[in-house]
Amino acid sequence: MSTVATPSAVGSVPPEGSGKHILAAPRPRYGEKVVLGLLWLCAAISVVTTVGIIVVLFTEAVALFGIPGVSIVEFFTDTAWRPFTDPGSDNFRIGVLPLLNSTLLVTAIALAIAIPLGLATAIYLSEYARPRVRRTVKPFLELLAGVPTVVLGYFALTFMTPLLRSLFGIERVPIFNAMSAGIVVGILVVPTIASISEDSMSAVPRALREGAYGLGSARRHVALKIVFPAALSGIVASIILAFGRAVGETLIVSLAAGNLPPAELPATNPFQQVQTMTAYITQAVGGESARGSVTFQSIFAVGALLFVLTFLVNLIALRIVRRFREEY
Amino acid sequence: MVSTSTPTRERVDQSFRAPVGDTIRERFTQFVLLIATCVALVVLVTLLVDIVRDGASGLSLNFLTQYTSRIAANSGIRAGLTGTLSLMFLVALLTFPLGVGAALYLEEFAPRNLWTRLLETNINNLAGVPSIVYGLLGLSVFVYVLGFGRSLITGALTLTLLVLPVVIVASREAFRAVPREIRDGGLALGATPLQVAVRQTLPAAVPSILTGMILSLSRAIGETAPILVAGAVFSRRADNAPWHLSESYTAIPIQIFDFVKRPQEEFQIGVASAAIIVLMALLLVMNSAAIIIRNRYARNR
Repeated sequence: MSTVATPSAVGSVPPEGSGKHILAAPRPRYGEKVVLGLLWLCAAISVVTTVGIIVVLFTEAVALFGIPGVSIVEFFTDTAWRPFTDPGSDNFRIGVLPLLNSTLLVTAIALAIAIPLGLATAIYLSEYARPRVRRTVKPFLELLAGVPTVVLGYFALTFMTPLLRSLFGIERVPIFNAMSAGIVVGILVVPTIASISEDSMSAVPRALREGAYGLGSARRHVALKIVFPAALSGIVASIILAFGRAVGETLIVSLAAGNLPPAELPATNPFQQVQTMTAYITQAVGGESARGSVTFQSIFAVGALLFVLTFLVNLIALRIVRRFREEY
Repeated sequence: MVSTSTPTRERVDQSFRAPVGDTIRERFTQFVLLIATCVALVVLVTLLVDIVRDGASGLSLNFLTQYTSRIAANSGIRAGLTGTLSLMFLVALLTFPLGVGAALYLEEFAPRNLWTRLLETNINNLAGVPSIVYGLLGLSVFVYVLGFGRSLITGALTLTLLVLPVVIVASREAFRAVPREIRDGGLALGATPLQVAVRQTLPAAVPSILTGMILSLSRAIGETAPILVAGAVFSRRADNAPWHLSESYTAIPIQIFDFVKRPQEEFQIGVASAAIIVLMALLLVMNSAAIIIRNRYARNR
């Protein structure tokens, strides 16, 4: 950097004490500065994107509450979501809680599946599997993580739902239900939990394991009582990231979980039709409603809530990972 | 677990003699962990088998060359296929210079200060933003504020913003893997840092960058939510092309979403799964290409 910026002349006698400039370029290279500026701009696009997301979501969301008959208090406290009629009519209710409840229900099912499976996979790969097994299993996990979510949505609706219906009875399980979507979202985030947890378990110093083995511990005790606690922050971070991913998942839930916000809160029955925040967004954009309408602006209000939720979650996860890195 | 409650004396003995009961518990633990590991893989295999079983019969050359029709047997994904290929081309065109430029700046030139740390944190955070949020950004900024409408360029720009953080992270890793000596050699011969970056570091990093680019592109073309929100249409009876920037557009994942949502089973199962096979085949080709590039250049290094 300094060689670009220092215009001291080669050949002239350098002044006393500034000997490091003797090899500097004879004149400043303005062209290079322009290129560096362009590179800086490329990097700055990411900041523009973030700022853009925040500004767009919040200005469009605020516009929703400027529409007569729509109140921000009702948005956060009302327990019914019927935004498609005229604001002011009796049927119009715009409380986001049913959508939030649906999202959390699907996410809870997903994590109930993904945490045990993901952690077991991580422990197996890091502590038990031979290197060859690990080398074979990891690409398959990456493959699973790379399957487009619309494909998993198809799988949930045409495979998982019929399976659940034959297991639990057609009367109990409707075609669209939170369980089917939740299970498939859970499978989707298994690789997230497994790979990040496995990384943090592999980062646990060998000496800790050898100390435990030296004291006569069995392998399962080393895995569960030495490695697992030592890698706990990475494991927690992986679960938080999986939570964020499950909350933001769109295609699986809008294909398999349905488009009916639950009428009674809190909705805890996994075999009921729900409508998550993301599913609402895909349903509402399908109508191509005009900008300024309740439907259009409500998409952004829901999106803003989704963004805040996942952003906070990711920030926490990043912080935990960073602290964990400093330990060793 | 049970053995922890046994007296200390016995635990010491266990370490030497490994009693039969403990071996069984150890085996059992290992077995349970192995089964849990296999669950995800079994689901993956089930998924692939299920799709091939449902969709293989619907695949034909006509399926690729015909537009969507009201009759399932005559339906094809020509519009989606051309749309996906156009999006891929445009996203690659936009992402490559922007992503590599940003990575080059962050890895080779950025001073270690607060602003750089902010940039890095920001890029990491962006990677965790749900893809549907990028769709909302595209819907507001590209469709309305900039007035591009629900057109191909809106879709391409939205997907570009989505994959840019991934490309930047992958490209930075590629630059980091270039040996220090290559840079030092260039600098010692009197090249400026920029000349070293462009003529030494960049060429050495290109194979890894390409691998990262292809993998990010395969993520982009599999995405449905962002372009669904940013105005992709379900059916279109015309081809998409990269130069038809202001025309409406569709893509294979969007068409799959549409097929699955239809009430007729021939579409929901037959046509949808045939389209899924085409999409997965495309992804497979891209991922294989990425792996081949990675392996070929890893050996040369």
